[in-house]
Amino acid sequence: MITLERLTKRYEATTAVDDVSMIVEPHTITTVVGTSGSGKSTLLRMINRLVEPTRGRVLIDGIDTATEPAHRLRRRIGYAIQGLGLFPHRTVAENVATVPRLLGWDRARVHRRVHELLATFELDPARYADVYPHELSGGQQQRVGVARALAAEPNLLLMDEPFGALDPILRGKAQDDLLEVQRRFGTTIILVTHDIDEAFRLGHRVAVMSGGRLLQHDRPARLVTHPADPFVSQLVGATERALRLLALVPASEVAQAGAVEGPTLPGTATLREALDALVWSGAAAANVADAAGATDRHVTLASVLAHGRRASE
Amino acid sequence: MKHLPTLLRGTALVLLAAMLLAPQRFAPVFAPLNEFGAPAIYDQGDLLSLTAWHLLTVVVAAAASTVVAVALGVFVTRRAGAPFLPLSRTLINVGQTFPPVAVLAVAVPLVGFGQWPTLIALFAYGLLPIFENTIAGMDACPPSVCDAADGMGMSPLQRLVRVELPLAMPLIFEGVRLSLVINVGTATLGSTVAAKGLGEVIIAGLLSNNTAFVLQGGLLTGLMAILLYDGTRLIERRFVRAGHA
Repeated sequence: MITLERLTKRYEATTAVDDVSMIVEPHTITTVVGTSGSGKSTLLRMINRLVEPTRGRVLIDGIDTATEPAHRLRRRIGYAIQGLGLFPHRTVAENVATVPRLLGWDRARVHRRVHELLATFELDPARYADVYPHELSGGQQQRVGVARALAAEPNLLLMDEPFGALDPILRGKAQDDLLEVQRRFGTTIILVTHDIDEAFRLGHRVAVMSGGRLLQHDRPARLVTHPADPFVSQLVGATERALRLLALVPASEVAQAGAVEGPTLPGTATLREALDALVWSGAAAANVADAAGATDRHVTLASVLAHGRRASE
Repeated sequence: MKHLPTLLRGTALVLLAAMLLAPQRFAPVFAPLNEFGAPAIYDQGDLLSLTAWHLLTVVVAAAASTVVAVALGVFVTRRAGAPFLPLSRTLINVGQTFPPVAVLAVAVPLVGFGQWPTLIALFAYGLLPIFENTIAGMDACPPSVCDAADGMGMSPLQRLVRVELPLAMPLIFEGVRLSLVINVGTATLGSTVAAKGLGEVIIAGLLSNNTAFVLQGGLLTGLMAILLYDGTRLIERRFVRAGHA
């Protein structure tokens, strides 16, 4: 569990982060969303002490992070940033091995871990381990960046706009990968983004920041139904509240037994995608495939609409 | 055309070796430059040993400049050293602006005649390119890369040794190379204060109005500069890794 206690960062006249307190549950993804200059990156950087707080403290599992040397603390915390910061003079394998080497793992263990991670991120070790970052595509570099951040099996991963440089298609893929990795390893992730869609898509909890203050920290659905501040409702978007709610619910959760005439949705579809398919096809119900591909369950238009209503929350 | 550089390099090397090992062979080439049958090939000392002394002086001075300039360049790019940047820059600029001849004149009364004053002059003269290139190299570390190094948990020293210096290496090498080449030429001045080196040949030629001597000294010095420039490139290629082409 990560506890931020009244964190404040002042730079001479300006206050970058103003009295932010927050609790992050283990094994969850928390997204911090805000405009540029909202203090979200500074908040993140105070957690691994790349920025020292002016006031307040950070507790990880109850232990104040200020009690150990900053560079030791950072070796326990994964860190991935926009622009990645891959070391251009080191190969992919050496980049990924950075933190394990700093921690003094033996050679065989480092090698095993690097190969395991590269395989996880669909980078064939035989082909990519010994190439330099500039020889990779943007999407591959991004995966190396995340692999490097996860190399020493950190319980906590901090990400600062990690997908900012990717085109929309690669970005969607990278987000899926991240969700998959998080499910597999159970890593606690705090991710900073300016993209509200990304924040909603990835976050179990979303923290909205503006002007250095934390306006709201809650489940995504609550941000839609109970915005704590006009800025939050503006950020969420007054004209797509219902659609946002639908996007948060997997269709498989709502599906009822029985197959129907109509389009078939993949098992991963959300109710928002179900609605789109129903409007597009003009059908009144759609089948939802399960993991095995069987389509003996369905959602109806009425049940979809019911979930988009504020009352459903 | 791909082999042209190798060819030129080889020719320069062979020419230099031939002029040092069998200087008398070149007598017919240089003889027409002199009147009254004056000697065409420098005969007051061994060309090979003069060249060796010349090279040694230049390399020792450049090594000293490198150690000092890189250390200082690294220091002033650390947070603790930043306030010393203007002062260091001024001092090192003085080293470059102050003519080597003047340094020799000042150094002789202090350390006597011979190799030492030359070393001091070359050392001071060679600092600037290395110092400035070290600073440029340190500044060239992309912010995201340095940020990542910190974020991964590297200590400041680890960041310097594992990330910043390797990334600055090509620029530092360029500085050392520049300094070496400048010093090969400048070192000829050392012979005015009795340092052993190829300047001896040139000065002997000037004093006795022997154009052949002047040309010989000049040619050997020039060939040495070219080969040094090239040689450091080869060394660099071994040290600097392919990653930042």
